[in-house]
Amino acid sequence: MTTLHRAWSLCRRAPNLATGMPLTLLRHPRPPDLPSRRPLHAEAAPMSPSSSDTERMNLFMAVQSAMAVALETDPKVLVFGEDVAFGGVFRCTMGLRERFGPHRVFNTPLSEQGIAGFAAGLAAMSYRPVAEIQFADYMYPAFDQVVNEIAKYRYRSGGQFHCGGLVLRAPYGAVGHGGHYHSQSPEAYFVHTAGLKVVIPRDPVTAKGLLLQSIREDDPVIFLEPKVLYRAAVAQVPRGDFTVPLGEAQVLRPGRDITLVGYGAQVQVLLEAAQRAHQEDGIDCEVIDLMTLLPWDERTVVESVRRTGRCIVSHEAPVTGGFGAEVAARIQQECFLSLECPVRRVCGYDMPFPLVHEKMYVPSAHKVIDEVRLAMNY
Amino acid sequence: MSWRARLGRCIYRGWEWGAFGGAVTERKTWAQSRFSRERSARGGGKSVGRQRWWARRWASEASEVPSAAALAAPATTSAVQEAAARREVHFPGALLAPYTCRLAFEEATAVPIIPAYRLLDEQGTLLLSAAEAAALQHFPAAETVRRMYSTMVSLNVMDAILYAAQRQGRISFYMTTFCEEAAVVGSAAALHHDDEVFAQYREQGVLLWRGYTFQDFCDQCCGARDEPARGHQMPIHYGRRDMHFHTVSSTLATQIPHAVGAAYALKMDAAPRIAACYFGEGAASEGDFHAAMNFAATLECPVLFLCRNNGYAISTPASEQFRGDGIARRAAGYGMDALRCDGNDALAVYVAVRTARERVLRTQRPVLLEMLTYRGGHHSTSDDSSRYRSTEEIEFFMQHADPVARLRTYLAVDMQAERQAREHDRERVLEALGRAEAKPREPPLDMFTDVYAQLPPHLIRQRESLRAHLERMAARPSPSGTAEP
Repeated sequence: MTTLHRAWSLCRRAPNLATGMPLTLLRHPRPPDLPSRRPLHAEAAPMSPSSSDTERMNLFMAVQSAMAVALETDPKVLVFGEDVAFGGVFRCTMGLRERFGPHRVFNTPLSEQGIAGFAAGLAAMSYRPVAEIQFADYMYPAFDQVVNEIAKYRYRSGGQFHCGGLVLRAPYGAVGHGGHYHSQSPEAYFVHTAGLKVVIPRDPVTAKGLLLQSIREDDPVIFLEPKVLYRAAVAQVPRGDFTVPLGEAQVLRPGRDITLVGYGAQVQVLLEAAQRAHQEDGIDCEVIDLMTLLPWDERTVVESVRRTGRCIVSHEAPVTGGFGAEVAARIQQECFLSLECPVRRVCGYDMPFPLVHEKMYVPSAHKVIDEVRLAMNY
Repeated sequence: MSWRARLGRCIYRGWEWGAFGGAVTERKTWAQSRFSRERSARGGGKSVGRQRWWARRWASEASEVPSAAALAAPATTSAVQEAAARREVHFPGALLAPYTCRLAFEEATAVPIIPAYRLLDEQGTLLLSAAEAAALQHFPAAETVRRMYSTMVSLNVMDAILYAAQRQGRISFYMTTFCEEAAVVGSAAALHHDDEVFAQYREQGVLLWRGYTFQDFCDQCCGARDEPARGHQMPIHYGRRDMHFHTVSSTLATQIPHAVGAAYALKMDAAPRIAACYFGEGAASEGDFHAAMNFAATLECPVLFLCRNNGYAISTPASEQFRGDGIARRAAGYGMDALRCDGNDALAVYVAVRTARERVLRTQRPVLLEMLTYRGGHHSTSDDSSRYRSTEEIEFFMQHADPVARLRTYLAVDMQAERQAREHDRERVLEALGRAEAKPREPPLDMFTDVYAQLPPHLIRQRESLRAHLERMAARPSPSGTAEP
């Protein structure tokens, strides 16, 4: 089976495709007041556009739209990677080659270290390369280029050269049946690397705004896209130029009792858990989407936890050394006297992603609610 | 037309490959060349005519692979027409591969060894007549040769002093270019000043050629504050944007894909410049080398790969590094043109690099140029090469392959003049080193600069924590009575 078939089947077999429901919401009875085909908490989102100039898009279309705007507005933007020319295995580059030409949107040979290194050279020459790594699981061959070269290009030259404008896009996370090599969340490796910015959107609107901003940043960005939401998440997304600033978290649901911190696809899980905790237990959860992990918005989280006194951090990646550890460490340092209970983490286990046990492996809404109750009763 | 339908058409009518984005080939020409190749492979004489050749192939293959198309062909047509009527399937991975019934390995040892281009022999004698040299395109002007020679001498002097400075503990690390001066300076001279250079770490001669001063070298090696990288990297990790010299990193071969990306940028800009990338034969074992070659070839990037094959990767000899004919031979596998030259012959290096540069610029495609040379010094100041190679070996090369001596003889410079030049350079380097040592270092709180374009909040916080720590330590009396740093 080719990579193309594999990628397509990942989309096709996902239960969300049939209904448009996010996978995470389908694991449980559908909450009555959370329609799936509506941007989540759009009213709370300051970057949410007015309906007049928006278009209904799912996440992969929003990513495509961001790249189209970038290619349109800056001649130094180039889009390339494996299978990018025909539209990409997840269709994120669909139509770009026809519109912007084969010199600006093109296939590369199959080599992630080559893609990353090639992109670094372009960025060092003031281009803005948007390179696709087909799956985040396949970023590891490019690890040396990312960590030793792209991240350090500015520092080692004293600011003479840099890789600003370089964006490495990659689909990450659980998808229902991806197994070890189509499900990983490698963000912690990159968050540990000074010089990079790490960005993970949660829906089509943030995907477009954050990607366009990442391309315009003067620092290299690792941009991880939740592949489970490529088709499942649908929203009204601005048609034209639209950016969301990096390094700013967003409070998606205000609450008094406990702060739930997450990013990417996990935000949906947290929102669902918050909804049900409210309905079933009357617990008022505040949900924060970090969006940028490096540098992350400590202020918003700290301000929230000082109010609520409780915090749960949640991500799909394995718990040990995961980003939740960093959040927990900062919270205990900044909110020590406000805490009513220890910061808890609801994350993936420290093991390879298990295919048939995916539902048990992922930090589901059930697990989050369970931990919310434990935290409240501490 | 769908890609599937297009591929189908290509499989049955491979000569219409153009429809699929590949090279358009003529069936006739192609069949003829296949015919002649087969004939010469069999050692067949002129008596083996085209028709009989096709007939034999037809007879031998028809029983093995009775294709429907062949069986359907009318029996009355000649063997040639029958064969032509057969629809051979040619696969997209090697569309031009002819079919043969002769099972033969492509023997690595049977591939001819690439000769090394040279103009000066070991004794410094020009191997061309004066007229031939004058007629040779890109033969360096006398003034250029003299400047190459003096730069090589200066490089040699600076290397010796900075190597000794490390031994004296004045700088932390150094790498010399001994016996490789021609490969580095000769190639630098042949490049244009605004060609983007991606170096490995032993190419300080390129910077010297481009106007980097002894003071610049010493400032970098001492980590002076007014040097661009301000002591953030080890000595010899030079970089200068205005000289189009990208900052050196210790990681091997990582610069090769960078050069390809930079070359693509130059091509997009339609700039009359190329990217030039230096690396050693050891670095060519890294995955980045392969990735870069393949990207440069397929994406058609104007990049000149300059391999300094100096025989050693730290202690590992070339014989334990690869099994093929050096590095240049690999180019063909990537569909790339290659050259090999005597890297200790400055004239040959100059002519080869000038010619290769023009070819890269004209064709907008990469070239791999291998310079055969010898690492005269230790790998670095952290290495003692006497533990893995004999002093006799080093002496042999330094005596018979010294590129400086070769050029000195060619230019008929007398030894006394060179000694004076060396003494002059020596004084200037020592002065520069003294000045660099006396220069202030970057204040510790400034070390956070240049991690990002702008200092992010967490680094501001960390910088403040360092400041507070330093203040607390300064306020606290040490046991000896003086404040600790």
